[in-house]
Amino acid sequence: MVEKKLKSAYEFTWKDMKVGNIVTEPGNASGRKTGDWRSDRPILDKDKCIKCAFCWLYCPDAAIKQTDDGYFVSDFFYCKGCGICANVCPKKAITMVEEIEE
Amino acid sequence: MSKRVALEASHAVAEAVMMADVDVISAYPITPQTHIPERLAEMVANGELKASYIPVESEHSALSACLGSVAVGARSFTTTASQGLELMHEVVYCGAAMRFPMVMVVCNRSLSAPISVWGDHSDVMSCRDTGWIQVFCENSQEAFDLTIWGYRVAEDKQVMIPVMVNLDGFTLSHVTEPMFLPEQSEVDKFLPKFNYPYALNPDKPITHGGLGQPDIYTEAKIAQEVALRKSKSVIIQGWKEFGDIFGRYYSPVEKYKTEDAKTLLLTMGSYSETAKVMIDERRARGESVGLISLRLWRPFPYEEFRQAVSGVETLIVFDRSISFGMGGPVFSEAKSALYSEASRPKVVGLIGGLGGRDMAVKDFEYVLDRGKEIEEKGSDRMIEVVGLRGEMIKA
Repeated sequence: MVEKKLKSAYEFTWKDMKVGNIVTEPGNASGRKTGDWRSDRPILDKDKCIKCAFCWLYCPDAAIKQTDDGYFVSDFFYCKGCGICANVCPKKAITMVEEIEE
Repeated sequence: MSKRVALEASHAVAEAVMMADVDVISAYPITPQTHIPERLAEMVANGELKASYIPVESEHSALSACLGSVAVGARSFTTTASQGLELMHEVVYCGAAMRFPMVMVVCNRSLSAPISVWGDHSDVMSCRDTGWIQVFCENSQEAFDLTIWGYRVAEDKQVMIPVMVNLDGFTLSHVTEPMFLPEQSEVDKFLPKFNYPYALNPDKPITHGGLGQPDIYTEAKIAQEVALRKSKSVIIQGWKEFGDIFGRYYSPVEKYKTEDAKTLLLTMGSYSETAKVMIDERRARGESVGLISLRLWRPFPYEEFRQAVSGVETLIVFDRSISFGMGGPVFSEAKSALYSEASRPKVVGLIGGLGGRDMAVKDFEYVLDRGKEIEEKGSDRMIEVVGLRGEMIKA
């Protein structure tokens, strides 16, 4: 796993572009913030969650992680707010709420 | 010691590919390019050339396979024409943008419809903006020379851009001419082994062809544009070194009897040689006329072109294709290249030789005479076309 660098593409000039725009660091997409165009955010109600891992299984990105206490929570560095987790949750423990700019 | 042989231009290209020791050939046969992949397939089959020949199902696949083979560091070759070039169109852009050095020979042919297998420059003009280095040949010797030279320039670490070598379908591709074939040792001296620095390797993984979001796409494309423009110095240096070894020197803008010429004709490709016969006749009659031909089409040789027409009164541009709704593309670019100059010739444009329509010496006489007439009196015609039946309407 590449470190989350938060380095924006805007920090690169045309002179920084590699020949043919090749990527020389394998898997570096994980260091790139891709959760910044989310319009809805999943909110977990831990009182309803039964830790079944459906949300983790169905998440099309790698945006859901299991925490030490066994709950599955969204990583907003990657979460794009697609809502699949909320849709598959058998206990309706996840609610999608409108994203508000921080 | 080079030896003097008679070779069809298509077979001259195949000889060049063999002497360049190409590793992968991936091509789909199409008129009038067929003799090139046919001869190469034969060379591979009988062991003359140790290379992989990939018989693909289309031109889209032909170039795609080449990009894949360059990506693992194999020297690669493809060739096509007309509809084939159109079918591979999106991959043509990828080859340049992904900076995959290789050579593609295009036997220039018209585009449908109506169906025409005969020559003009419609196919290559549709590829003006693809980002390849693009050069034009006038004879078998040049077809051979520029194919060898193409690898040298494309693979230069400062360039890393594919090269498109254009030669006219039939009027050049199928013509047998005397030419010199060099020794293999001379070619090896000019063209070192391909050492692609970004080859795919499981021990050192890299990614080719990633996504470019709006926040980086502009920078990526400008880096590509700068690289193409800067390639000109390597192109010129490559021609100089080629000349020093083989004795034949090339320039971005070739000049023929341009000394003190008041009127210049601008041509591209094999028809330049027919036009030169007309220039010879006019010079013999004391007319101050000459000819320039664009050897290098991309990157556009602004400096050399402006220098070549400096002091000239009239520049007559002969186009072999139409940019529909606008006119001759070479005419348009020549005018645009001169617009910012304080002193510049009048530029007039004529179109001809479409879909294999023959351009004989007398037709180039018309181009010259009509060009001068337009320069003096102007033209009220919508478009100036050589040998068109039916009176042209007013613009």
